[in-house]
Amino acid sequence: MDNFNRRDFLKLAGAAAASSLAGCAGSGGKARVVVIGGGFGGATAAKYIRMWDPAIDVVLIERANVFTSCPMSNLVIGGHRTIDQIRHGYEGLRRHGVHIVHDEVTAIDTGKRVVKLERGGDLTYDRLIVSPGVDFMYGEIAGYEAALDARRVVHAWKAGTQTIELRKQLEGMKDGGVYLLSIPLAPYRCPPGPYERACQVASYFKQAKPRSKVLVFDANPDVTSKGPLFKKAWAELYKGIIEYRPQAKAIAVDAGTMTVKFEFDSVRADVLNVLPPQRAGDIAMKAGLVTANQRWCGIDWMSTESLAAKNVHVIGDATLSAPLMPKSGHMANSQAKVCAAAVVALLNGQAPNPDPVMNNTCYSYVSGTEVIHVASVHQWDGGKKTLIPVQGAGGVSTARNTLESGLAWSWAQNIWADMLT
Amino acid sequence: MRVPIFAMVALCAVPLFAAAQEDAVARSLAATCAACHGTEGRSVSKEVIPLAGLPRDFLASQMRAFKEGRRPATVMHQLAKGYTDRQIDAIAGYFAAQKK
Repeated sequence: MDNFNRRDFLKLAGAAAASSLAGCAGSGGKARVVVIGGGFGGATAAKYIRMWDPAIDVVLIERANVFTSCPMSNLVIGGHRTIDQIRHGYEGLRRHGVHIVHDEVTAIDTGKRVVKLERGGDLTYDRLIVSPGVDFMYGEIAGYEAALDARRVVHAWKAGTQTIELRKQLEGMKDGGVYLLSIPLAPYRCPPGPYERACQVASYFKQAKPRSKVLVFDANPDVTSKGPLFKKAWAELYKGIIEYRPQAKAIAVDAGTMTVKFEFDSVRADVLNVLPPQRAGDIAMKAGLVTANQRWCGIDWMSTESLAAKNVHVIGDATLSAPLMPKSGHMANSQAKVCAAAVVALLNGQAPNPDPVMNNTCYSYVSGTEVIHVASVHQWDGGKKTLIPVQGAGGVSTARNTLESGLAWSWAQNIWADMLT
Repeated sequence: MRVPIFAMVALCAVPLFAAAQEDAVARSLAATCAACHGTEGRSVSKEVIPLAGLPRDFLASQMRAFKEGRRPATVMHQLAKGYTDRQIDAIAGYFAAQKK
């Protein structure tokens, strides 16, 4: 037993899980759906398929043992919440009968309908849901990967260890120091997220390190979401702390000198928070599901089925967004329900709902207690054959306010429960 | 007159199938509320009202009041405008049928 190490145990556990799952295929279940990725998209889809048709076997593959939420993670960076408050386990999904396999997908054979796992062997599927989120295009910024490995630059654009690392670096920074936030060209995950982060870091500096600066370098021509509301908060709450510069695209990071090089100048800072450009998660690339600009997965928005492979659905940040559809957790949750309904219909020999509806509500904390939102409703347009935001619906908060602070945290509680319990 | 069994089955099946489809559509529409109001309208927070089990007419009239700007709100007046009256009725019917 001494020689029986952790890796062997995992191998055995993985093999046992896979073989018991393999056993499921021919034993009673109507069909098997495999879901890759247990975030806002994948976890929600897995749960809703089981709720809406318990005769379908659902296997969810997720590499992390615990879910860490990107929404609300800026509050951890600002010191208003702890990392434990944005982490949740996957046990709740087991109560819905979802088989959860913590493993890494190494390949997908869309012809043979097989998902290959690093430890757990092969899994066949009748329908596959790919919800891998984003991965980073490190190569777009020279020196980025080396600086990341050396912990001289952080992105904290996937919540977890990077979130903790950024908070630690801010705590370790001297008063009078400089925090640099670099934002890539849209589309990227969570359009208002970087501007919320600037507020959160500034709120921490204001209270703990008032001589420090937040420098925001944005590759975009202007603030991409809730612009007037963010700019008002910066002017009224963080005057002299936040400086914003549009049309500044990072092209290199020098870990040795702690410098970020932009197209026109170079800037040195004490904490480098550079968000690299993003694309669909690696597994979507590998499986040939990326159809647009070598970055995003094109789908039929009525069914969420991939334009590149049959019996495969793609949801969440990895998709080529429908018009004015943000890459957000709420949006992924909404897409997941359209996906779940379509998968249930198709596996029961029916056509998907011809009039899918999605919505989005996205809250940003501009301080520890004040919040602004943006909301939209997206309805199917038969002529354009995609989802279109309803004219006259949706919008933003009239002003930052404390009432929505409670509502924002309530949103988090409910959406986390909606996907995981 | 004797009606062949298969014809009876066929006659029944069409409306039943249509009703099931309609239920699935209502369920999907209502699911768009769940991110803020909880799965099947059962909120886990006290900040928003749980929609499950509320009377159908109340739900529909409140959604219309939001939609027409008669009931002030932080975000519901913006979201309600995105749904047709038929969709509002379907959503109201779905939540009214859920256990509290």
